[in-house]
Amino acid sequence: MQKKLYGLMAEFDTATDLVDAANRVREAGYTKTDAFSPFPLHEIDEALGIKRSILPLLVFFGGLGGLLLGIGMQVFVHYIDYPLNVGGRPFLSWPAFVPASYELTILLAGFTAVFGMLFLNGLPRPYHPVFNVPRFALASREKFFLLVEAADAKYDYEETKAFLGELKPQEVFDVEE
Amino acid sequence: MVEGDHSFGTVSDKIGDLSLKRRTPFHWYIGFAISFIVAQLLLFSVVVLLARGIGIWGNNQPVGWAFDIINFVWWIGIGHAGTLISAILLLLNQKWRTSINRFAEAMTLFAVACAAMFPLLHTGRPWLAAYWLFPYPNTMGIWPQFRSPLIWDVFAVSTYATISLLFWYVGLIPDFATLRDRAKNKFFKAVYGLLSWGWRGSARHWHRYEIAYLLLAGLSTPLVLSVHSIVSFDFAVSQIPGWHATIFPPYFVAGAIFAGFAMVLILVIPLRILYNMKDFITDTHLSYMGKVMLATGLIVVYGYAMEAYFAWYSASQYEWFMMKNRIWEGPYWWSYWLLILCNGMSIQLLWFKKFRESAFWLFMISLVVSVGMWLERFVIIVTSLNRDFLPSSWAMYSPTVFDWSMFVGTIGFFFTLLYLFIRFVPIISIFEVRTLLPEANVHGHHQDFEENVVVVEETYDRTDPPNSDGGK
Repeated sequence: MQKKLYGLMAEFDTATDLVDAANRVREAGYTKTDAFSPFPLHEIDEALGIKRSILPLLVFFGGLGGLLLGIGMQVFVHYIDYPLNVGGRPFLSWPAFVPASYELTILLAGFTAVFGMLFLNGLPRPYHPVFNVPRFALASREKFFLLVEAADAKYDYEETKAFLGELKPQEVFDVEE
Repeated sequence: MVEGDHSFGTVSDKIGDLSLKRRTPFHWYIGFAISFIVAQLLLFSVVVLLARGIGIWGNNQPVGWAFDIINFVWWIGIGHAGTLISAILLLLNQKWRTSINRFAEAMTLFAVACAAMFPLLHTGRPWLAAYWLFPYPNTMGIWPQFRSPLIWDVFAVSTYATISLLFWYVGLIPDFATLRDRAKNKFFKAVYGLLSWGWRGSARHWHRYEIAYLLLAGLSTPLVLSVHSIVSFDFAVSQIPGWHATIFPPYFVAGAIFAGFAMVLILVIPLRILYNMKDFITDTHLSYMGKVMLATGLIVVYGYAMEAYFAWYSASQYEWFMMKNRIWEGPYWWSYWLLILCNGMSIQLLWFKKFRESAFWLFMISLVVSVGMWLERFVIIVTSLNRDFLPSSWAMYSPTVFDWSMFVGTIGFFFTLLYLFIRFVPIISIFEVRTLLPEANVHGHHQDFEENVVVVEETYDRTDPPNSDGGK
C-alpha cells in the first residue's frame, strides 16, 4: 500500500528554469502550486499567479491603532484622570503629546508587519510535508523547487508526473503526507 | 559587490559554516575572555551602585547629569548607523549595504542595550523605575509626565530597541533555515529549526516577507531620525545655555550616524581579516563608509560652528558667556579643542583617496572619531552645566573610579554580546548576498527589493542594437 501523497515536486537548477516551469504549470491550469527558492524571486509571483498580500493594509491599521492609543492614553492621563496644573499651561497640551504617539504608531505598525507576516504565512510551522523530500534541504541553499499539490483539481499522479517531467527538471519527487 | 568566484552554495557555506562547521578559532576565545572579564567590571559597578547609591559617582550639583547621559547618548548614537545601513540604505537601493547590514544591526541592538542601562541605573532605584517610566495603572494613582522629554525618551528608546530587534530577527529567519538544513548536530538543528519558525522558502512566504521587510525599513527610517531628535530634546527643550538650541535635532542625528559608522568600521576591519570575509566586505565597502563618515562629520562640524554663531547672535549674555567659557575662558577648554581635533580635523584626511582606501587609516580615524564623539557629549553636558546662571553654584566636575568602571564595563558587555553573535549567528545576511550573484537574475533581471520595472525596461532598450529602428 502506497503512502498518501501530498503532491509532486520538481527540482530545478536555476531561477530562470523555475520561473519558466512555473509559467507552464500555471498555463496548464494548475492552481494549488507553490515554488521554493533560497532567496526572493519577483518573477515567480506573476508566474504562479500570487495575489498581492493584504499585509500593507493591516500595517496601516496597526499604525493607526498605535496613534489612537498614544493620543488616547495621554489625553486620559493629563486631561481626564489626573489633570495637573504645571505653570498654568493648558491640560490638553497636544504638541507635547506628539512624540509618544509617534513612537507608538511606529511600534504597533512594526509589530503588525512582523507578526502579520508570520500569521499570514502560517508560521511557526516546524513540520510540513515538503520536508519529507531529503533533497528539499537544498531549497535553503542553492536549488529551486516547484510543487503541485495533490489537492489540485487537475491533479492526476501519472499525468502530472509526466507533465512535470517535460519541464526539464533535475528530478521529480513524490512528496509524502 | 561580491568578489571571488562564488555560487549560491559557496556563499551559504562560507558564511554559514562560521557558526556551524569550522572550529572556533583561537582568537575568538581570547577576545571573548577579555570582553567577558571586562564585562565583570559592569557587574561589580552595578552591585556597588545598588548597595551604596548614586553618591559613588562624581556628578553632583550643578553637574547633575554627567557620565550617565554622556554614555547613554554615545551608545545610542553608535546604534544609529546600524539602522541607517539596514533601513535607509535599503530604501535607497544601495546594494553595498547587504554584506554589512546584519552585523551593523547586531551592533545597534547591543549598543542600545548598553545605552538603556545608564538612565535606568541613574534613577538609583531601577526596581521602582517601572512606574516612573511606564504609564501603567498603579495603586498610587499617579502617572508619568508626558510633557517631559525624558518620558518621550523612554518611548523612543524602547520602541527603537523593539523595532531593531524585530528587523534583525526577521532578516535572520531565512538564514536560520539555511543553518537548520545544514546542521548535522541534532541539538543545533533543533535550535536553529525553532529559531527559523519552520521557514521553507515558499514563494508566497517570500512575497509577504519582502513586503514586511520593506515596511519595516520604511518604519525604521522615521524612527531612527526621531529617536536621536528626541534624545536631543532632553537638552534642547531645557533652558540651559548651550543646550537650548534649535539646531540640536539634525546635528545630533548626523553625529549619531557619524559615530555609528566609525564603530562599524572599527568592528568590521578586524572582522574581515580574522574571518576571511574580504570577498563580501570589500575595499569598496570600506571606502563608501569612509565617505559617509566624511559627509556626516562635516555636518557635525557645521553644528559646532552654528552653536557658536547662535550664542553670539542671540545677544544673550548667558549664551555668550557659556560659549566663551566652553571654548577658552572656562576650565574645560581643552576638552573643546580635543573635540575639534578628533571630530573636525581628523576626518579631513578622508578627502584623500589614499586615506579613504586604506583599511589601516580608516581604522585609526574611526578610533579617533569614537573618542571625539564621546568628547562632544562631554563638552555639551559638562561645560554647559558647570558654570550656570548663578556664580555661587559653580563647581567643577570630575568622574570617580566608579564612573569609569561602569563605562568600561559596558564596553566589555558590548563586545561579549558581539563575540557570542559572531559565534552563533550568520554575521552576513546569506540570502541577501545570494541575490547579489549574477545567477540570481531571472532572464537577466536583477532580483532587487525594489525592482523598478521602468528601470529594467530602460536597460533592455539600451541593449538593443543601436541601428534597429523598430523593424522598419
